[in-house]
Amino acid sequence: MSDSGDSDVSWIFYKDRPEWSDLTPVPENDGPKPVVVIAHSEKFEDVYDYFRAILQNNEKSERALQLTKDAVELNPANYTVWQYRRDLLQALGTDLKSELDYVEAVIKQSPKNYQVWHHRRVLVEWLKDSSLELELTRDALLQDPKNYHAWQHRQWAIKTFGLFDKEMEFVDNLISEDVRNNSAWNQRYFVMNNHHGWTDMNVQKEICYTLEKIKFVKNNESAWNYLRGVLLHDKKGISGNTIVTSFCEELYLNKCRSPYLLAFLIDICEEAIKKEETNSLYNAQRALELCQSLATKYDKIRSKYWNFIGEKFRKYQKSENI
Amino acid sequence: MAFTKKDVTLSEDRPKTLLLQKHSDYLASYGLNKDDYEYCMTEYLRMSGIYWSLTAMELMNQSSRMPKEEIIEFITSCQDKESGGISASIGHDPHMLYTLSAIQVLAMYDRVNAIDVEGVVRYVASMQQEDGSFFGDKWGEVDTRFSFCAVMCLSLLHRLDAININKAVDFVLSCMNFDGGFGSKPGSESHAGLIYCCVGTLSICKRMDALHADELAWWLCERQLPSGGLNGRPEKLPDLCYSWWVMSSLSMLNRIHWVDKKNLEQFILACQDPETGGFSDRPGDITDPFHTLFGLAGLSLLGNENIKPVNPTYCMPQETIDRLKLEPQILLI
Ligand SMILES: [Zn+2]
Repeated sequence: MSDSGDSDVSWIFYKDRPEWSDLTPVPENDGPKPVVVIAHSEKFEDVYDYFRAILQNNEKSERALQLTKDAVELNPANYTVWQYRRDLLQALGTDLKSELDYVEAVIKQSPKNYQVWHHRRVLVEWLKDSSLELELTRDALLQDPKNYHAWQHRQWAIKTFGLFDKEMEFVDNLISEDVRNNSAWNQRYFVMNNHHGWTDMNVQKEICYTLEKIKFVKNNESAWNYLRGVLLHDKKGISGNTIVTSFCEELYLNKCRSPYLLAFLIDICEEAIKKEETNSLYNAQRALELCQSLATKYDKIRSKYWNFIGEKFRKYQKSENI
Repeated sequence: MAFTKKDVTLSEDRPKTLLLQKHSDYLASYGLNKDDYEYCMTEYLRMSGIYWSLTAMELMNQSSRMPKEEIIEFITSCQDKESGGISASIGHDPHMLYTLSAIQVLAMYDRVNAIDVEGVVRYVASMQQEDGSFFGDKWGEVDTRFSFCAVMCLSLLHRLDAININKAVDFVLSCMNFDGGFGSKPGSESHAGLIYCCVGTLSICKRMDALHADELAWWLCERQLPSGGLNGRPEKLPDLCYSWWVMSSLSMLNRIHWVDKKNLEQFILACQDPETGGFSDRPGDITDPFHTLFGLAGLSLLGNENIKPVNPTYCMPQETIDRLKLEPQILLI
């Protein structure tokens, strides 16, 4: 797809190509003037003038298919070009396997573009063949582990075609590489939720896994969030799992003051209050003190938030004293 | 223990005051530059470009600098007679995103009757699926963004009755994640932009009660970085447009006071370009109308008195929302 790059001296304008001489180019109807004065590069203008011409004539031909490639290369985000290309593929009965190769090449160049990924999905649906999707998305995620489009496509393929088997291994690797990769933690939840299920044993396994990762990097929002997510499936709640509470207390005793740890301790206190199971460790007084230390020392940028939460515990405290 | 975060540092010589006149000039002349390659590259989203520019101008009380009649005529010629949907530009295919932008512009101009309203209603309703979700166009991409487009568009036309609201809400709620946030589809990672779309949908459908408000608001507050800017997901850089999406969501949750307003204002002001005018995604980058709107709208939410009040759900002037007698829900604390 590089045969029409700007640096390529052999580029011939469509207006100079004899095989296109039967067609009258259609310039852009620019709409309101001062808002929409178009200053195209000459090549861009030429390609899109001819694209508009085939669109207007509804021409379904091989040369039109070629032209859409040039148009895509100049602007892969133009959804009309992709839509028309799909119309052409259907009308011409083009070999879709080669189209898969083509869109893969475009994805490699423009991995953060809605249109290319959507085109890919439509092709996979037409072919009912998902054998290349895990590899394609893996490659994209190696380049950018948080690429939202790649993750969406991967989840879709996994869910639609039941490709869960090796996904946990893939997630493990990503988390090992970057323990703060929130997308990978989200994928972990996706696999647990849609495939392994939250049996008591799985809940315990996931808790242990997450605590290991927190031990490694304590100030990691993603892992702490995942821990809360797992504990949603623990009947004992967030305050009732002694592995979790003793882990937190140990961190605290070892002088860890990560805002996520302190916030977690506050949540344990709140649950204990709500369940009327307060004790010397988990009560309104401690929660209030934690809020104050977050507001004044460990998470100052969110001091308004922590003061607000602190107020809640002050009220609990009052009702405790009644 | 490492407390390092991905962030930017604001330089001492950054803009510290609001350069209103510069922004108005920037938007008024946007696209007049013959060498503006960027501009022709954006034909495919022209309709949204008009919405961003006009709304920004409205918020600055400068909308008379926009060619009103030509814009309305342009929108009229972008409506597809058959489906009723509206496209980004003349000759393009209709799409939910541009249908919404067009309706927002017409609503601000109080001229929705310039188009075939029933056609738009028919088009939007035709995009709803069995599970309550919405397609973005006839090719069937599903995304919570399109749910928001649908309900916002129909509410501006007072025609929410044309779709199944309960199902639309159920689909959005099925995209809620374990962290209280929302993604584009069930199971997709929480993302500030999509949270705005989902919270906005619930605000218009008056179902804010279905949110896990405290959890979600905390996740949103966590997006603020030491520079004052907000990111869209954990461990990402701050970006002005995410600042808007986080702030408007917090406003609908009635918890905007949880962010550090002073720091955030500094970040937003630092995203201005004192030479060209306009705002960019981060200090020092190239400006564009998209970030210019979200910079101004963000400052408006923070209470800047030189900018008209913006409605957090619609991202349109509050006066327009009042004129249309719309009352998007704000959560009571
Ligand atoms: Zn941005």
